[in-house]
Amino acid sequence: MIPAINVSQVHKHFGQLHALDDVNLQIEQGEFFGLLGPNGAGKTTLINLLAGLARPNSGQLSVLGKDVVKHYRASRRLLGIVPQELVFDPFFSVREVLRLQSGYFGLRHNDAWIDEVMHHLALSDKADTNMRRLSGGMKRRVLVAQALVHKPPVIVLDEPTAGVDVELRKSLWQFIQQLNRDGHTVLLTTHYLEEAEALCNRIAMLKSGRIVALDSTQNLLNTLTGCRVSLQLTGALPIALLPQVIEQTDHHYVLALPSYQALEGVLSALRMAAINVQEMSLQQPDLEDVFLQIVGKENE
Amino acid sequence: MNSFITLFYKEILRVWKVSFQTVLSPVLTSLLYLLIFSHVLEQHVEVYPGVRYTAFLIPGLVMMSVLQNAFANSSSSLIQSKITGNIVFVLLAPIAYGEFFAAYVLASVLRGLVVGSGVYLAALGFAQPPLQFPLWIITFAVLGSAMLGALGVIAGIWAEKFDQLAGFQNFIIVPLTFLSGVFYSIHSLPSFWQELSRFNPFFYMIDGFRYGFFGLSDISPWLSLAVVSGCTAAMTLLTLALLKSGYKLRH
Repeated sequence: MIPAINVSQVHKHFGQLHALDDVNLQIEQGEFFGLLGPNGAGKTTLINLLAGLARPNSGQLSVLGKDVVKHYRASRRLLGIVPQELVFDPFFSVREVLRLQSGYFGLRHNDAWIDEVMHHLALSDKADTNMRRLSGGMKRRVLVAQALVHKPPVIVLDEPTAGVDVELRKSLWQFIQQLNRDGHTVLLTTHYLEEAEALCNRIAMLKSGRIVALDSTQNLLNTLTGCRVSLQLTGALPIALLPQVIEQTDHHYVLALPSYQALEGVLSALRMAAINVQEMSLQQPDLEDVFLQIVGKENE
Repeated sequence: MNSFITLFYKEILRVWKVSFQTVLSPVLTSLLYLLIFSHVLEQHVEVYPGVRYTAFLIPGLVMMSVLQNAFANSSSSLIQSKITGNIVFVLLAPIAYGEFFAAYVLASVLRGLVVGSGVYLAALGFAQPPLQFPLWIITFAVLGSAMLGALGVIAGIWAEKFDQLAGFQNFIIVPLTFLSGVFYSIHSLPSFWQELSRFNPFFYMIDGFRYGFFGLSDISPWLSLAVVSGCTAAMTLLTLALLKSGYKLRH
C-alpha cells in the first residue's frame, strides 16, 4: 500500500539554521499519527514542506505517492491542512470563506458537504457571520472546516487545540476521530501530550530538526521502566532517599523508583526515621515522561 | 480552471465589498483634479488646435485612474493577505502559478476599467472629448492596466510591510504617472525633459490612449502600441517567473 505520507532524507536550512536534518518518516494510510517536539524542533517546518509553503533543500516528500514539488497540484488535493496561526479573511462570512476554499480546490456546488462540516463543528448558526465577528475558538473551527472542504484523505493538524476551550477540544477530537475511522489519515502536532497519548497510534518525536524517537504510542510508554510515587509526609525525607526525588514542595515529594519492589525500601527507611505517611499515590508513566526522558537524554 | 475562476471572483467580491474606497473615491479624486486644473488652465492652455484644455485633460485623467487603480488592486490585496496571513489559503490550494497570475491581473484590469469608465462618465459633465478610435482606447486601457496589475503583483509580493508598498506607490508609480503627459503635451517641455519622458513607459500609455479620442498624439500611436505591448509582455514574463520560483511566498 502507498504510504499516506512519505518523507525521505529531507534537509531544510534557513540561513545558518539546520531546521530539518535528514528526516525520514513514513505514515501509513489510516494512521492517527502524532508529531511531537519542543518549540523550534521543526514540526511546523516539516508540515510547511508537505504543504508546499516551503521547499526542501534536498530530499523528497510525497502525499499518497504524489511528490509535493513535482506533482504539487495532485498532492495538495490529497492534503487538508489546519495551520497553526489563527488566520482569517476579514472580508467574508463563514459560508463565503468555505465556498471560496471549495472553489480553489476546483469544487463547485459543494454546499451539502459544507453544511455537514459546519454542523459537526457547531458553526451552522454562524454561517452568515463575518469572520471578524467570530471569537478565537470559532475562527479556529473555521480553519478546521476550510481544511476539510475538499474531503482530503490526509488531514494535517498543526497545534489545532492551542488556546481552545475544553468543550471545542472534545467535539473537535470526536469529529477528527470519526474522520479517522472513516479512513482518513491524520497527522497531528500538539503540545498537549495527553492528547497525543489518547489519540495517536504512532508517534514521532522531533528535536533540533532530527527524529529522536519513532514508535507506536504503546511501545514508547513501555520503554519506561519503574514508577513514580507521590508522598505527603509528616517530616523531612531521610537523606538517603534524596537522590530519588524529582519534585518537592514542603513535605510533599515525588520519587522516581527503578521498580515497584523499590517501594518497600522507601517505606522501611521512613519507618526507621519515624516519619509517617499522610498520603501516598503511585503514578503511571505517561507520554510526558517518555518525552522528557528522550528529549532530556538527547540534551546530555 | 475552477480555481482561477474562484480566485478571480474572490478578488472582485473583495473590491465590491469596499467599493466606496476602491471605486467611488478614486473617481472623486479625479474629478477634483479636473475641476481645479480646468478652472485654472482652461483660458491659458491649448495643447491641440481647436481642443479645449478640459477636453484634452479628460483622457489623461481617465488613463491615470485606470493605471493607478490597477496597480493598487493587486498590490493592496496581496500585501493585506500576506500581513494578515490569509494568503495561506490560496497557497495551500492546487492553484497553478499561471492561474494565480491571471486571477490577480484580470481583477486589476477590471477594477482599472471600472474606475476609468466612472471617471470618464462623470467627466462628460465638464467636456465631451470626441471618440475617434474606440478600439485604440480599449487596447491601451487593457494593456496598461494589465502591466500595472502585474507590477502590483510584484510589489505586493516584494513588500513586507505597508510602508514599503506605499514607498513603491508614492516614489515610483505616482511620479511616473504624473510626469507622463497627463496634464500637458511633452512638446511643451524643454528638450531635456522631452527626451527623458521617452524613457517613461507611462508616457506611451497616455499618449496612445489619448490618440484614440482625438486622433492626435505626441508620437506615432504605433510606436506607443509597440512600447506598451513590449513592456506588458516583459512584466508578465517577470511576474510569472517570480511566481514560479516561489519568491517570498514559498520559502
